[in-house]
Amino acid sequence: MNAQQHATTGAAPSNATLGAPRIEVKARATEPEGQARPDLVEKVVIRDMSFFYKDFEAVRGINLALYDRHVTAFIGPSGCGKSTLLRTLNRIYDLYPGQRATGEILIDGHNILEPGQDLNLLRAKVGMVFQKPTPFPMSIFDNVAFGIRLYEKLPAAELEERVESALRRAALWEEVKDKLKQSGLSLSGGQQQRLCIARAIAVRPEILLLDEPASALDPISTQKIEELISELKSDYCIAIVTHNMQQAARSSDYTAFMYLGELVEFDETETIFTKPRDRRTEDYITGRFG
Amino acid sequence: MSAVSPIYARRKRANMLLVAAALAATTIAVAWLFVILYELLLNGLSALGPTLFTQMTPPPGSKGGLLNPIMGSILMTVIGTLIGAPVGIMAGTYLAEYGQHSRIAGVVRFINDILLSAPSIIVGLFVYDIMVLQMGHFSGWAGSVALAILVVPVVVRTTEDMLTLVPNGLREAATALGAPKWKVIVTVAYRAAMQGMLTGIMLAIARIAGETAPLLFTALNNQFWTTNLNAPMANLPVVIFQFAMSPYADWQSLAWGGALLITFTILILNITARIVATWSSFSR
Repeated sequence: MNAQQHATTGAAPSNATLGAPRIEVKARATEPEGQARPDLVEKVVIRDMSFFYKDFEAVRGINLALYDRHVTAFIGPSGCGKSTLLRTLNRIYDLYPGQRATGEILIDGHNILEPGQDLNLLRAKVGMVFQKPTPFPMSIFDNVAFGIRLYEKLPAAELEERVESALRRAALWEEVKDKLKQSGLSLSGGQQQRLCIARAIAVRPEILLLDEPASALDPISTQKIEELISELKSDYCIAIVTHNMQQAARSSDYTAFMYLGELVEFDETETIFTKPRDRRTEDYITGRFG
Repeated sequence: MSAVSPIYARRKRANMLLVAAALAATTIAVAWLFVILYELLLNGLSALGPTLFTQMTPPPGSKGGLLNPIMGSILMTVIGTLIGAPVGIMAGTYLAEYGQHSRIAGVVRFINDILLSAPSIIVGLFVYDIMVLQMGHFSGWAGSVALAILVVPVVVRTTEDMLTLVPNGLREAATALGAPKWKVIVTVAYRAAMQGMLTGIMLAIARIAGETAPLLFTALNNQFWTTNLNAPMANLPVVIFQFAMSPYADWQSLAWGGALLITFTILILNITARIVATWSSFSR
């Protein structure tokens, strides 16, 4: 009840951008279950996926689909495995020995957990933005161009164009266009995070993973990031981990609630926040535990 | 002035005593540096002059300068650094980025620490054995290699330490863009650790610039101007060693001049290293 109120009031200030997609969600929520939805494309399909830190099973038996051009939010108390789940989707966990995933994660029907998977190509396709802004110690321009230069050898003019369009999409262009040569570290926290988003989308990924992208930011920067998310979802399949229930309610189409390493409930965001089926989901979103 | 408890008063007295003791200890420790600098300036300044930098080391009883040992020292220090620093950087990179927790990295780290504090005369003897004896004569190359061996452990240590300080988030972010590991290290981690790594190299240079023992067995000395690395090569520390122990007044004076020169060069190197270290790569 509480959360729902927050959800609706929370969306109010940014109605211009958030209003439209949300009405769409409401409309769909009334459709009968199981009916084919031609607008929904399963971009990522997770089948019976478990994740281990050495012998500890942090995430257990996940079955889930992420839809293209939609935002899926992962909520749940700290340590429930939502970040871990996100980190399997680009296999960033491979950096650390002793971490492994079992089961299947299909992206466009291809299992990325297979040993032969080219990780660099996978990561070019699946962009990621982290909780703490991570600008590289180089100029703003070079930050955004970093990923592009890994894959494409572009003429200078074209590269500049790509950088500009990425910065524009990340709603940062106006603020940095006169200081592209300055260090990315000279920006404020919110700007740094948008720089990281620009850097991620400059590579033209198909999927965007956002790991609590706004948790280190002030409310204004947070709002900008949220507006950005709803802007970006017209082109990407977006997965966002958040501790902020209002944020999940405001900016996602689907919500997955995780608890103790398991996926408890997955549904349209509207449904999760208004009539959750599981008792634990209800307790969590109403703030009774977590 | 009212109710100050006796315990509190005693505590205050103890505190004052300890502060005084600490101050005295610090003064004793630092004073030597100033006494050394003072003595150097007192005796060395008179030797300073244009001839110091333009003339060769003289035979006893005549005037001269330190041009050949200055040149030799610069040459061997530069070559020693050029050989030692890349080896140190790569080994440090292995320890911080690739080996980390492996058994071999632990062994390398331990041996490196021993090498770091190994007496430099041992390094000199070692190079004497593997180079000077094989070649049949002392040479600038042997001196450079001995100095390089002293550079390696310092650079390994600082490179590893500085790379370890680079937040993992940066590596993850670069990896998440699809960068292969070597690219993450070279373009992101090195850049973030740049200042610290440069500081390490400078400290290594400062260390080898004043080393005497390893050169005594390798480059030895040369009374004449030479840039031929296959021949024995003059260098400041050995010249100071030789001239200071001689009975000739003008040699002793030149030794003071050389000592002054080398001390202030090292001082400046150390200060520069400190300044470079404070331009943190994590600010603008």
